[in-house]
Amino acid sequence: MSEALQVREQHRTTASAWGGGESPFAVPWAKLMMWLFLLSDAFTFAALLTGYAAMRITAGVWPGAGMKAADFFHVTTVVGPMTFILICSSATMAVAVGAARRGDHRTTVRFLALTVLGGLAFLGMQAYEWTGFIREGARLTGFVGELGGKIQPMFPATFFVITGFHGGHVTSGVIYLLVKTIQASRGRASAESVEITGLYWHFVDLVWVFIFTLLYLI
Amino acid sequence: MAEHHESVRDGAWYRTYVVTWFWLLVITGLEIATVFLGLPRLAVILLLVTLALMKAALIAAYFMHLRHERLNLIFTIAAPLILIVILFLGVARDALNVFFLRQ
Repeated sequence: MSEALQVREQHRTTASAWGGGESPFAVPWAKLMMWLFLLSDAFTFAALLTGYAAMRITAGVWPGAGMKAADFFHVTTVVGPMTFILICSSATMAVAVGAARRGDHRTTVRFLALTVLGGLAFLGMQAYEWTGFIREGARLTGFVGELGGKIQPMFPATFFVITGFHGGHVTSGVIYLLVKTIQASRGRASAESVEITGLYWHFVDLVWVFIFTLLYLI
Repeated sequence: MAEHHESVRDGAWYRTYVVTWFWLLVITGLEIATVFLGLPRLAVILLLVTLALMKAALIAAYFMHLRHERLNLIFTIAAPLILIVILFLGVARDALNVFFLRQ
């Protein structure tokens, strides 16, 4: 191919929004891999939530006659604030990414640490919700005690599996963020790596939006 | 000059984050309020799912910067999500059949 043709081809592939060329997505490979991982993770959560929806619809009465799912949880005093905290931690993460891009290490470390605190607060409140639910008789295989037999066994099962899977993601996210905070404090975290950490954390927040809606509010 | 331009751009980024954060909180407040409004069940479900999709779109577009990526990447990430809708519709059809049989 002549040089002129090569130049024209390069221009064709990079100038348009759909262009291919050597870097069709125009993002570093690690960021692309994180996006693809998050996409696969989105399917896992979607499968869990679809299964939950199917069980809930087929059950007819959920969680039991004359009861609402919200009766078992502290929607306004605990779960609402958990959602608030997760949204705030997503915002602090976004600021950390912005600061890392600007090369402002101090702000990056400070806001990464704030994000870690948000994640820990969320986990603490989730542990509180789980404890209360278990004390009421909820187990992975159904309800025991006074309410046993009156409540669909799949109600606590789906709750523990879905919120547990999400909580596992939050725990991994907190560890990931802690490592990144330590790296950033030593000046060893690139802006790109902070951004990739941010993608994961925002995804955890995004999934919670649907869990909050489907498990607690509806 | 370049530094000034950069700081103005950063200022715009932060404003975007704050505005996104604000709307996410407002929508969350609306979601909680919806539950206590005493609307018909179907209306509550449709409203809550719409609000959740709005929140998810805000997070993906602005916090995850998807809006500022190339169309190639946006469609690579967004297009497969249609499969989730197909999965749900396929399962929901069966589940609704059972639901109506029980009535």
